[in-house]
Amino acid sequence: MAERLQLSGITKRYPGVIANDGVDLTVAPGEIHAVLGENGAGKSTLMKIIYGAVQPDEGQMLWNGKQVHIDSPHAARRLGIGMVFQHFSLFETLTVAENIALVLEEKFDLATLSARVREVSERYGLPIDPQRRVHGLSVGERQRVEIVRCLLQNPQLLILDEPTSVLTPQAVLKLFETLKRLAAEGVSILYISHKLHEIQTLCDAATVMRGGKVTGIATPREETPSSLARMMIGRELPVCVMPPYTGEQRVVLALEQLSASTDDPFGTALAQIDLQVHAGEIVGIAGISGNGQAELLAALSGENPVAAPMIKLENQPIGHWQAGQRRDAGVCFVPEERLGRGAVPAMSLTQNAVLTAHRQSFKRHGLLNFAKARDFALRCIERFDVRCPGPQAAARSLSGGNLQKFIVGREIMQNPRVMMVAQPTWGVDVGAAAFLRQTLIDLSRQGVAVLVVSEELDELFEICDRIAVLAQGRLSPALIKTQTSAQTIGLQMSGLGASPQPAAEDSAHAFA
Amino acid sequence: MHLLEPRPQPSRKMRWLAPVYAIGLTLISGALLFTALHKNPFHALYMFFIQPLTTGYGWSELLVKASPQILIAQGLAVGFRARVYNIGAEGQLIVGAIFGGGVAIMTDGSSAAWILPVMVLAGAIGGALWGALAAWLKTQFNAEETLTTLMLTYIASLLLAWLVNGPWRDPAGQNFPQSIMFGDAASFPVLLAGSRVNASLFITLAVVALFQLLISKSFLAYQIEVAGQAPAAARYAGFSQKKAIWLGLCLSGLTAGLAGVGEVAGPVGQLNLNISPGYGFSAIIVAWLGRLHPLGMVLSGLLMALIYLGGEAAQVSLQLPAAMTGLFQGMLLFFLLAADAFINNRFRRRKPATRFA
Repeated sequence: MAERLQLSGITKRYPGVIANDGVDLTVAPGEIHAVLGENGAGKSTLMKIIYGAVQPDEGQMLWNGKQVHIDSPHAARRLGIGMVFQHFSLFETLTVAENIALVLEEKFDLATLSARVREVSERYGLPIDPQRRVHGLSVGERQRVEIVRCLLQNPQLLILDEPTSVLTPQAVLKLFETLKRLAAEGVSILYISHKLHEIQTLCDAATVMRGGKVTGIATPREETPSSLARMMIGRELPVCVMPPYTGEQRVVLALEQLSASTDDPFGTALAQIDLQVHAGEIVGIAGISGNGQAELLAALSGENPVAAPMIKLENQPIGHWQAGQRRDAGVCFVPEERLGRGAVPAMSLTQNAVLTAHRQSFKRHGLLNFAKARDFALRCIERFDVRCPGPQAAARSLSGGNLQKFIVGREIMQNPRVMMVAQPTWGVDVGAAAFLRQTLIDLSRQGVAVLVVSEELDELFEICDRIAVLAQGRLSPALIKTQTSAQTIGLQMSGLGASPQPAAEDSAHAFA
Repeated sequence: MHLLEPRPQPSRKMRWLAPVYAIGLTLISGALLFTALHKNPFHALYMFFIQPLTTGYGWSELLVKASPQILIAQGLAVGFRARVYNIGAEGQLIVGAIFGGGVAIMTDGSSAAWILPVMVLAGAIGGALWGALAAWLKTQFNAEETLTTLMLTYIASLLLAWLVNGPWRDPAGQNFPQSIMFGDAASFPVLLAGSRVNASLFITLAVVALFQLLISKSFLAYQIEVAGQAPAAARYAGFSQKKAIWLGLCLSGLTAGLAGVGEVAGPVGQLNLNISPGYGFSAIIVAWLGRLHPLGMVLSGLLMALIYLGGEAAQVSLQLPAAMTGLFQGMLLFFLLAADAFINNRFRRRKPATRFA
């Protein structure tokens, strides 16, 4: 029997970098095949090549034994290749069925399509109501829409790019059941992830990449997480150490009855949030994005100031302060969106260092000293192992993980009193993630109050002293992490977090 | 299938080559245009672009026409960098001319040395105020500045028409809509005898030098640029979007106002209805063609001035309509915008994946 997909010698060069260097990859029918690798290892490029979004410079591709040339995602879908991206491409104001209809090529009528959506979604354990509007769906439900959308086109190969990064532990288990059922029916699955334990429970085979090359092909169940990590990063996986904090105990950042409305029609208002972050501790805020995370961070950073007494910095009310004032007072912040918010895409890393670090005596008489900024950027690149051609590289030319390292580094190097980080290691490979986590721990142990907002529970349990859950704009009390568990937090996230909206509201929308 | 694909890095080479391509394509299209009008294209292009520069006077006129456009473009570029699209510099020029000219009219007969500096100051304030009006509308009511600045231009030119037809009309001017001719104390001294080149050129040079420093080094310009390129990043860093809007519109109004004074206290010598042949609009092209770079805009300003000169020459020697100037300006902008697409994009290379198989 022919292999489902066979790549040989795939090479893709970009100016200054070889993204894929003679990559071979073989996926059998019905196989769940993991592609593992650090950021910049070339996984994304390879997937884009398979999905037709990027054309390789060299190499050949066999699909079910026949040589093919895939010149567009359209062609890929016609062959039977579906892809679920990390970031969903759904229209919030449309219903599930309408969203799916948008990508179908054949003629359809919405009623029949809805019936098919319902049938497929139930068959694969992905229950979803085709009449609901996307803005009311949780992230897990949105992902189901994306998967169902692919399944309706009867794919023979499904590519999933870090599909679990936004799911609760419970939702991850459900997804795995679905994927296993699909595989049993003969659908091949390419699973991109950096979560080693997931790959071990789910995948039949793994292709490990490093620096654009394949460094190994493994059977994950026969490996250990550390042996997989070694293949991936070329050395042992570092482990975070959490020394106790010995300094002075005091509250640095306090939120008191913080409420905030939102301009975003699909945003979440914040309701009476209380939280204290002490010097020397890391407080984690768990929860699925869309439950007020963006609003909370905008209120904390000063991008959306609130009433003065709602936020206190060392007992001083600062809720009404603008972002710049808060930064002057030593509040540093890493936002979730790296490109366009944390960094200006077309500007160089040197210029992007100026964005927030201009307080590091880059200015004199209103003029900037770019030599100092460049030096700062260079030190940041070195200390945080940012892979890039140099400080002159445009922010948008960096991979997501490397830009994240640069932004986190830029904020940490300003010696903050309060450090707030959203999704600190989102898209960052295991090696670098461990380093970033350790850096945050070390920072807190110097007496800095650290607040981490993350969707990744494992991460929060690894680095936080206390964890609270933000669901539907409300924050649960922050509990010492040894007094709670991932299961409890996960239930809090989904119990409150899953959208409980009654069917009535949706039909009201539909008839409005 | 898309014809273009995004480049991994914006091409620095294309950024500077785009104007060259645009000029080349404009010349080729101009030649075709002349041919269609039954003129010898080589002769016509020669008359348009070279003949005006064969005399010393031609060169002096080049400076006279380039100076206000370069001056206005400097201010516009600051706004454009902040993605604040002031297209009403013509109106700000007129208001600057009214403010400056008002000083001249009210001090008529005096030969005090302070008159000219006060005119310059008043012109700068007038232009900046006219820009500030649009900034206020934008920050207060979110009114699109592209519309408001353009509409304010019509208000400004009607205001000027009212003034020179009414209160400020020259009593001895046989009812022509124009003010008195300004005295020596209210005029820039001529630098080269026999030409119209005057000391307002120094204002332009000073502004170019100042803006070169501002744009390459200042924290203010950096903030403006961030606000323009990535508003969310500006908010994140605590840079005020409103500040960028106010600065962009006031600074470009200010330079346009200065240019207005330069005209009425220079070659025009009075307030009338023809104080600017559209410098406020052509400066937009100067700014883009010069890549919003203070020195680049000096070159593009000279080119635009040459197009004005060529247009005048073409009327005389080739019996072509005055619209020729506008046509060349339009073609230049059109080709420039088209060529600019290649800064961030390139032609998609069609290369089969199996080529080496």
